[in-house]
Amino acid sequence: MAASAAAAAIEAPIPEGAPILEVQGVTLQYKTREHLITATYRVDFSVYPADRFVLLGPSGCGKSTLLKGVAGFMKPVEGEMRLKGRRIAAPGPDRVMVFQEFDQLLPWKTVRQNITFALRNGGRCSRESDADEIAMSYIRKVKLGGFENTYPHMLSGGMKQRVAIARGMAMEPDILLMDEPFASLDALTRRQMQEELLGLWEETRFTVLFVTHSIEEALLVGSRILVLSPHPGQVKAELNANQHSHANVGSAEFTALQTRIHDMLFADRVLEDETVRRGS
Amino acid sequence: MAVERPPLLERPEFERQSLGKAATTDVARPLSLAERLANMDPVRKLTVLLAAIVIWELYTRTAEVPALIFPTFVDTIAALWKGLFQYDLATQTWTSLKILFAGYAIGMAIGATLSFIAVSGRFGSDILSTLASMLNPLPAIALLPLALIWFGLGAKSLVFVLLHSIVWPVALNTHTGFMSVSEPLRMVGRNYGLRNVRYVAKVLIPAAFPSILAGLKLGWAFAWRTLIAAELVFGAASEGGGLGWFIFASRNELDIAGAFAGLLVVILIGFVVENVVFRKIEERTLVRWGMQS
Amino acid sequence: MSAVRERPRTDPVPRPEIERTPIDVRHIGQIERPLSGIERVWNVQIVRNLTVLVMFVVIWEAYTRIADIPPLLFPSFTDTCVAIVDAFRDHRMLAKISFTLTSLLTGYAVGLVAAAVLVSAASIWRVWADILTTATAMFNPLPSIALLPLAMLWFGLGTFSLVFILVHSVVWAVALNAYVGFQGVSPTQRMIGHNYGLRGVMFAIKILIPAALATVLSGMKIGWAFAWRTMIGAELVFGATARGGGLGWHIFENSELLNIRQVFAGLFMIILIGVLVEYAIFRTVELRTVRRWGMQR
Repeated sequence: MAASAAAAAIEAPIPEGAPILEVQGVTLQYKTREHLITATYRVDFSVYPADRFVLLGPSGCGKSTLLKGVAGFMKPVEGEMRLKGRRIAAPGPDRVMVFQEFDQLLPWKTVRQNITFALRNGGRCSRESDADEIAMSYIRKVKLGGFENTYPHMLSGGMKQRVAIARGMAMEPDILLMDEPFASLDALTRRQMQEELLGLWEETRFTVLFVTHSIEEALLVGSRILVLSPHPGQVKAELNANQHSHANVGSAEFTALQTRIHDMLFADRVLEDETVRRGS
Repeated sequence: MAVERPPLLERPEFERQSLGKAATTDVARPLSLAERLANMDPVRKLTVLLAAIVIWELYTRTAEVPALIFPTFVDTIAALWKGLFQYDLATQTWTSLKILFAGYAIGMAIGATLSFIAVSGRFGSDILSTLASMLNPLPAIALLPLALIWFGLGAKSLVFVLLHSIVWPVALNTHTGFMSVSEPLRMVGRNYGLRNVRYVAKVLIPAAFPSILAGLKLGWAFAWRTLIAAELVFGAASEGGGLGWFIFASRNELDIAGAFAGLLVVILIGFVVENVVFRKIEERTLVRWGMQS
Repeated sequence: MSAVRERPRTDPVPRPEIERTPIDVRHIGQIERPLSGIERVWNVQIVRNLTVLVMFVVIWEAYTRIADIPPLLFPSFTDTCVAIVDAFRDHRMLAKISFTLTSLLTGYAVGLVAAAVLVSAASIWRVWADILTTATAMFNPLPSIALLPLAMLWFGLGTFSLVFILVHSVVWAVALNAYVGFQGVSPTQRMIGHNYGLRGVMFAIKILIPAALATVLSGMKIGWAFAWRTMIGAELVFGATARGGGLGWHIFENSELLNIRQVFAGLFMIILIGVLVEYAIFRTVELRTVRRWGMQR
């Protein structure tokens, strides 16, 4: 029931020139064992179709929490999030999430079954043969042809992330949510994956909301960057980055934007190690 | 204290145009047949087993151990043969197994239901964890005298104590398994629209399978021990049935070879369940999924 | 029709850049607030468990009183408490508990030593590894209570028979888990040990045992569980055939006399000892070691 409703939502046309995702004045809080923590404070932004929208900020700026909010895993204490005009209330297959952790793949399913599992349960396919066909086409897209019957534990970290991306893209969601998907990879693999992601975007023009703490990655991957201040996360700026790619890394323009964002984030703080991973 | 700092030695760079062919002897050599046989686990284990049997037979024969104390291997096998085809060892075994299967099946169902209730909310989880942590350390056999008063002398009492020995380890392990399913995996399941029963069946159960299987194995081990013990008490208290009773009765008639034959059947069943049935399930699931080596 | 759909190619909508100054943190109010006392107390697992426990006791007491259950079938909670006090008053209960625990601890200790010897031998000589794995595969599934009739024949009706089957119930489970644990110590950790010059016994104490502690502990827990069950079972059988003197015998004796309150009192003591060992001993050791080291959740 819920799955078919979600499927109908995927089919619905997006009005011309309207944002696909609107976030207005969202404050998010979560509880740990001893504390109640405000992760973001009155954040607003809009994502338009085919955006590669990046949430950028240091550890503890609530960017991952914000992504979980959009995915529907957390409810805002104030403000509103709308996907295609409809209020986000619960997780659904119209917003597929790709995580940083390698264990997001179901270890008891092969690469192909991981994708067909999503397609069948997410309400995209009712017939196994259709799901198979779509799964295979996306497995080839992420260059994993020949590995479709392999179990996840036999794959390298980069390959696992590719499967997760293929699984998310195969759902053809309204928006793909990526939570630092390349943060656990080595530098070379990370670069390669960034290029592949851009290649896939060129091919299908999906909309993606991408979380990262690396300024360089934000510039490379993003077309639009939302810069968040730390603890609690507030909007510092929304910048264009569509003109940057791997081709102009190190160019004056690239470095200038990099420095500008860096100053924005760390103006009033002691330099923080850029390689600090996922603390948010 | 001043540390002397050696200067960095500057050297010219170099780059090689072509690499010569590696010349070594014997890159890879297959092991000889004897070496390979000695590396095969079943071969080694069977050898140990055979050696143990030979020592047993030789010792009891040469030292002339009275058959009343420790029968020879040949005597034991003869008794097993006789027990299976002349006496009622086969029927007694079947009686035990029937009760065991019934208890195990019902116990699994109750354990599963309890863990379902426990995942549905925090209060359910509290009830299960309290009950299980109290009742799990209580040996099921201690309830047998009570069961005899409540249900009388019969299969009902046996099934009751078996249930107690299975339900708690299964429920406890399933519950801990569910609790420790990783957060990304949970979110993936909910992301694709899985709710309630489908979420439990398609995400929680497979993800917690190592823990569930451990619970099932532990439940089996407790149930098997409880059943044999219960049959011994039954046998001691009054006329009973089953494998435990067969051992007890043989021993009372001073048919020690018969008691050994009974033990052999107990070992055989236990061995098959633990090292064949459960091992096969593990190979098909956990090993293949890379959750266990 | 192919199931794979083509999507229209769209470009991102161009928008002007925005820059803002976040408001001062002090104006936001609570960014991080400690949970209230009630919230925190309610988060403590033991408080929640005790609440459930009290609830069960109340239901038990109310049910047995209101439904007028004959104490011969199911005594009320207060009856059981009175029975426990009675049993302790004339020192019978204390003697029984000490009898059970003495035999149990002797058997458990001997079993642990035997397992340690076996595993050490297996780690040094390959033949012993084969002997150990074959023996555990055969004897671990053999309920040690099944050996009781034979043990009574060989060693008579005394404590020695009890200790014999207790050792049998402990040794295989512990040896199997410890051996598997040692085998599973990662090559990296082994190499680190060798790298820093550890050899022989020191290597085992400083690298192997801590690295395999999670498995060794779980083996010891299973061994304890088996021994505890075997002990009570053996006392029931002993009780049935001759004079014994422990908690199992207390239950058997009183159920023969239809003194159900005392049966409940015995069960209560058994649960208490079981819970104490499981949580006060094993859980504490786990919390101090493998859980603190992050080897077990």
